[in-house]
Amino acid sequence: MKEVTTASFEQDVLQSDKPVVVDFWAAWCGPCRAVSPILEQIDAETDKLDVVKVNVDQEPDLAMRYNITSIPAMKVFQGGQVVHELIGARPKPAIEQELAAYL
Amino acid sequence: MHDVIIIGSGPAGYTAAIYAARANLKPIVLASSVEMGGDLMTTTDVENFPGFPEGVQGPDLMFAMQQQAERFGADVRMQDATELELDGEVKRVHVGDEVLEARTVIVATGSAYRKLGVPGEEALSGHGVSWCATCDGFFFKQKQLIVVGGGDSAMEEATFLTKFADKVTIVHRSEAFRASEVMLQRARQDEKIEFLTNAVVERINGSDVNGTNQVSSVTLRDTLTDSTWDLAIDGVFVAIGSDPRTHLVHGKLDLTADGTIAVEGRSSLTSVPGVFAAGDVIDPTYRQAITAAGSGTVAALDAQHYLAAHPAPALVSSPDDVAL
Repeated sequence: MKEVTTASFEQDVLQSDKPVVVDFWAAWCGPCRAVSPILEQIDAETDKLDVVKVNVDQEPDLAMRYNITSIPAMKVFQGGQVVHELIGARPKPAIEQELAAYL
Repeated sequence: MHDVIIIGSGPAGYTAAIYAARANLKPIVLASSVEMGGDLMTTTDVENFPGFPEGVQGPDLMFAMQQQAERFGADVRMQDATELELDGEVKRVHVGDEVLEARTVIVATGSAYRKLGVPGEEALSGHGVSWCATCDGFFFKQKQLIVVGGGDSAMEEATFLTKFADKVTIVHRSEAFRASEVMLQRARQDEKIEFLTNAVVERINGSDVNGTNQVSSVTLRDTLTDSTWDLAIDGVFVAIGSDPRTHLVHGKLDLTADGTIAVEGRSSLTSVPGVFAAGDVIDPTYRQAITAAGSGTVAALDAQHYLAAHPAPALVSSPDDVAL
């Protein structure tokens, strides 16, 4: 899963042809660590979307720009816009169901 | 077929796993895909678990319990039990499409955070309403917060949040606190913490920030005078306790009036033979890491006793299979 920074966000997320799921996370967030391998799997299993991650500790500007106040926060970007969001760790089937429209 | 499947990986589940593994029962632990380790995974300092004079971090304690169980042969799987078939001698535990069979099942599914049940809570969840101070406190630097609740977890969250926030107000419905004296005193002595007693949250209000609806205030009601007023704040942390997580066993095991799984006396025996329960899911009263751990011990010993008293069901299908 690709790590995205403020510098690469425009190209990797906003300009992407595919929908991009951005996982806002931090090392000190237990539920983030739990959900990370699940997102990793989804990223590996499909070509229809990309899953990337943003470390809110290192990229506070991105966290602020997208009003992150709870993590893990997974935001789906399409055409440069946030089109869907999921907040909180969930089992894989529940995440897949939330992302069904993009898978 | 397995001897024992343990559902849950908090102190009850892992302690049951340690005992069962040491009894050579090779337990399977369904630890959950996203909540492995249970509630202590989002706790910081645990200062009341015996054996740690300097305290221990919740996640470190749970990881140590997992390692201890695995050292003796427990098979810990980061998977979710999705359905249980508990009748008869062979229990079936569904994990998605996979079905595991076992002679005994220990249910240690713990509890789920209680919600306030007020307007605005659901819509603003993740937008200023949070149940996890250790996850979300970071986003409230120099902000004004409230913590709702009067127990140890409310005190702990409030104290933790002062690392980030300018001011934390503890909102509690009465003047009597369930919190332990040491936690209460620590909060009372903190300059950033204020107490607002005899008050309940009636509604959580939001306003638009860069296109998203974020918490901007709460409407509070005085429980003595019934008067209401708005308090401008940036975040609400809810710590009003939890409810036993029994959705997997509804209609399958007897429950108590408190909603916990009913067990026989001081044992872990549920209403179905071969099915045992431990930890917060059977405990409406104490709900501590150490009582849950003790309860997990009881369940493992009860399961061990049951297995010894009930020989494995014969796997023989026809008389011809029996060696003479």
